[in-house]
Amino acid sequence: MKILRVENLSKSFGGIKANDNISFEVEQGTILGVIGPNGAGKSTLFDLITGYTTPDSGKVNFLDNNIFGLRPDLISSLGVGRTFQKLKPFADQTLLENVMIGCFVKESNIKRARDKALEIIDFVDLIEKRHHLARELSTGQRKRLEMARAMAIQPKLLLMDEVTGGVDQKTVPGLVALIKKMQKAGVTIITIEHNMNIIMQLSDNILALDQGRSIAYGSPKQIQNNKKVVDSYLGTYNAT
Amino acid sequence: MDKLSIAKSESVWNTNNKVLGLISSALVLLFCLPLFDLNSFYLHLFIMIFMHSVMAQSWNIIAGFSGQISLGHGLFFGIGAYATSFLFTEYGLSPWIGIIIGMAISGVIAVLIGIPMLRLHGHYFAIATLLIAIGFSLVFRRWDLVGAASGLWIPMTAIDSWLAIQFHTSKVPYYYIFLIFFILTFLVAWLLSRSKLGYRLRAVRDDSQAASSLCINVSNYKILAYVISAMMMAPMGSLFAQYILIIDPATVFNIEISIIVLLITVLGGIGNIWGPLIGASILIPISEYTRIYLGGTGGAVDLILYGLILMLICVFRPNGLISFFHRDVLQRKKNK
Repeated sequence: MKILRVENLSKSFGGIKANDNISFEVEQGTILGVIGPNGAGKSTLFDLITGYTTPDSGKVNFLDNNIFGLRPDLISSLGVGRTFQKLKPFADQTLLENVMIGCFVKESNIKRARDKALEIIDFVDLIEKRHHLARELSTGQRKRLEMARAMAIQPKLLLMDEVTGGVDQKTVPGLVALIKKMQKAGVTIITIEHNMNIIMQLSDNILALDQGRSIAYGSPKQIQNNKKVVDSYLGTYNAT
Repeated sequence: MDKLSIAKSESVWNTNNKVLGLISSALVLLFCLPLFDLNSFYLHLFIMIFMHSVMAQSWNIIAGFSGQISLGHGLFFGIGAYATSFLFTEYGLSPWIGIIIGMAISGVIAVLIGIPMLRLHGHYFAIATLLIAIGFSLVFRRWDLVGAASGLWIPMTAIDSWLAIQFHTSKVPYYYIFLIFFILTFLVAWLLSRSKLGYRLRAVRDDSQAASSLCINVSNYKILAYVISAMMMAPMGSLFAQYILIIDPATVFNIEISIIVLLITVLGGIGNIWGPLIGASILIPISEYTRIYLGGTGGAVDLILYGLILMLICVFRPNGLISFFHRDVLQRKKNK
């Protein structure tokens, strides 16, 4: 079953086409990796799907709901969660409070929302840090916080922007394992990654972008052998 | 027990028995204070502290909870004052009903202002609120129906009257009325800070984009905070009008009101429900004592002191005096 269908999605900023007729589908329960060099339009694609930027044209269907151009809060209330490339924790609130805010989507009772939040914090292995202010956490822990907060709205689809970016090598395997754990919990995931080893290890399918255009879509093996992708990373492929 | 079970077994709220005891004792003391035959000045001082605490708490809701800096919040003080005074003067309507009507009008005005203005961010919102407040002041200065620049003289009752909220022989009834409003306001703010709404408002304040990703309609929550805040401010205008029995635009729409509530909250601690009380307990006595001892010749000394205190706070304690006891500090102790 297709959970997300994107058709001919386009967005220009002035004369620059940040996303140009991008189409792809995501199968429920899978992980789709999105790759591409800097400026390829990966984060813009996330912003268009989640409503943070209004697309110029195209179609975005999530579980047969047309979410094209909807506000971010409406899209998230349908079950589309996200994390941000530049981390956005509620810095002056504790980890527990950060996650509770997400839990309030499904639960109004404070005690039950708190219990649910604690379960999610335990799921991301941060239970001992629950009373720490978000700004006191390390980058890796804040990444987990964002993942926990996104899980708190009980998303069906989760878009994660560079989860392993900016963290030290020792932290990466734990985050990768956590993404797999989230998939096992039934969440469909789209993730942007720069690290090729990680993306090949994680993804069921990969979408490769370059200069705002989709240049390849397929299994990790297909992408690995795709000449356009190899060229775009080595600098010889020109999308135009 | 595993770590999760231990975490779940913790109480939802940290209840500090010492703090609860202190609050209870302070409340008993405040209720008993007039029995000690306080002179009129001290009663007035407490009334002003209660009133400004409520006004600052109101500003704290919009600025501290939802992160929108309003520089024209005194507008709702004026609306409350005029609503009660006009209805009493023209139609003989009890100020108690006038307070409710003033709150309702303030709420409606907050919605009407909030819908277009809360789409503005940061400085733009602050400037817009300032200009709107000045605009209202100018309108009332020229509006004959409400006495224009001369304002309204509230007809005095022959005897003390709870129905008309007029007490000519003693300030004690005013003391208790302001005290009750002060307690109620703090109770509302306390409940709000612990509610789902409070959590969501703080999310909007800290990062509106992240809040949107958690199904929070940022604009609606900002408007809601503005309405609650406006409705909290209006009764103070109403009661102040009943306290001095004469109002005019220069007094109740004075931009200084908006600035003083800001100063009080920043001094005490923005975003914390105790901040307004701490700020008012320091700034209002300074204001009242300088007024008494320096009178008209040194009238600006209180403002110089405000400026000095504000500078010291900004440099040494940017989170306000409450940060001496703030959970950040308590948290570190807990985490050790």
